[in-house]
Amino acid sequence: MAEPNKPVTRPLPKLSELDTAGFWRATQEKKFNYQLCANCGTLVWHPRAHCTGCLDGQLEWHTSAGLGEIYSFSIIRQSYHPFFRGLVPYVLAYVDLDEGPRFLTNVVGIENPDTDVQIGQRVELVWEEHGDLNIPLVRPVA
Amino acid sequence: MSGQARDAAIVGIYEYPSRAVDGEVNALQIKAHCAARALADAGLRWQDVDAIYDAAEGAPMSGLTIAEYFGIHPTVIDTTAVGGSSYEFHAAHARRDIAAGKCKVALLTYGSTAHSNAMAIGVGGSGFGGVTPTENMESFAGATLVSNYAMVARRHMHEYGTTSEQLAEISTATRYHAMRNPQAVQAMEDLEFIDIRETTIEDVVNSRMIADPLHLLECCMISDGGGAVVIASAEVARNCAKKPVWILGTGEATKYPQIGADLTTSAAVQSAPIAFGEAGVTAQEIDIAMVYDSFSITVLAILEDLGFCGKGEGGAWVQGGRLRFDQSGGPALNTDGGGLSSNHPGMRGIFLLIEAARQLRGESTAQVVDAKLAVAHGNGGMLGSRHSAGTVILGGD
Repeated sequence: MAEPNKPVTRPLPKLSELDTAGFWRATQEKKFNYQLCANCGTLVWHPRAHCTGCLDGQLEWHTSAGLGEIYSFSIIRQSYHPFFRGLVPYVLAYVDLDEGPRFLTNVVGIENPDTDVQIGQRVELVWEEHGDLNIPLVRPVA
Repeated sequence: MSGQARDAAIVGIYEYPSRAVDGEVNALQIKAHCAARALADAGLRWQDVDAIYDAAEGAPMSGLTIAEYFGIHPTVIDTTAVGGSSYEFHAAHARRDIAAGKCKVALLTYGSTAHSNAMAIGVGGSGFGGVTPTENMESFAGATLVSNYAMVARRHMHEYGTTSEQLAEISTATRYHAMRNPQAVQAMEDLEFIDIRETTIEDVVNSRMIADPLHLLECCMISDGGGAVVIASAEVARNCAKKPVWILGTGEATKYPQIGADLTTSAAVQSAPIAFGEAGVTAQEIDIAMVYDSFSITVLAILEDLGFCGKGEGGAWVQGGRLRFDQSGGPALNTDGGGLSSNHPGMRGIFLLIEAARQLRGESTAQVVDAKLAVAHGNGGMLGSRHSAGTVILGGD
């Protein structure tokens, strides 16, 4: 049941999810963090507690410079989700950060999604503020 | 084809005829109904079943509960659940278990009331709720299921110059077959499709955009439905009512998002060589391609990955109607009408086995003359992110 006074927002991550809590806590400072294993050098993405490259992993957080490019995208024109149906058309994209991580996000800060988004386009992080965490979206680099 | 193992065969099939049950039957009832009809098709009884394969779509913890519901006592219980391809995995496991002597008669069932439940599968959210680590990283972006596949199509277009007109060939071929299948035509009527007829490339590319670059007529339907498949040992198969359809090779794989991964390539590149290798055949010998058509791009990418043509060549390769049952030069694609135009209650994999078996028996409504070899390839999960691939090579008796 919808709560009458609760604003409809995008689905927000849960800080209680143990593998990804460290990532989301860092977004409070608008940092996009990823894990590198100090033992074997593997870049572990998505964030998790164990190293996928070795059995004695020592995962350390590193911070992306926040630049990358669009690997692929779609302009979503139909959604039944209470938040996203009000946002159509909106742009979903896989973005490859320069440090490696590929993440799913929205491209914002564009006037016309039909013409202003391309594969290979350079983008930068822009943070959507939600109190105890921030959401990493991207916009074209000016 | 000498040296092929013929340990296990599909001996019974049944597809639930209705795609809109209006809440009058539930998923478990559909499963049991289909199981009984498939056993009857084989000339077997409930009491003959000693192995059960179930994707838990009808009830939770189905490995514990489904035997009781059916009223049988299997000694092999397999609840592999990997989405819509679960049934290709089940067929692989049934063949393996039969070959190992663990069972003789395996029962696979599927039932769903996705349409009655008004499940907005394609344009609803995926995993909003944030319980798994990946959901917690992705749900904020508002991906719909269609958009996930759309990103594969976009990347395929970018890398290989594939066009919407080429992708539309998948939709027009399956509709061409659907119009010859009375159950598919009834399904489209019951689901209130408008303007039910053979479609043209122009129809497809002029239909409404759902998630660029995928149009409405490149997206599968959301139906109710179900089906059942009975797989038996060679000894049992020889005494069944219908000609056996042999399982000649199987392969399994998963794929998931990784740094630098190629989005245009599916897990089929891992599962297909294993299956074709076991069967000792190549894609070029295949008469019938039953490929999970959740969306047009699913088929195009997987046809490449199965080895019908090279990666990136699919767009040009499918042009000119070669996938139609009455054309030469390519396999007949989804001759029942597919998920695009006949039946997609959420997990279509069992219908790939059923229609492949019909073709190899000579029972299809779009029958390929003298069909000898079929591939059934299921894709579960989402093509553009984590997904499963089950390849099954089937041969006539």
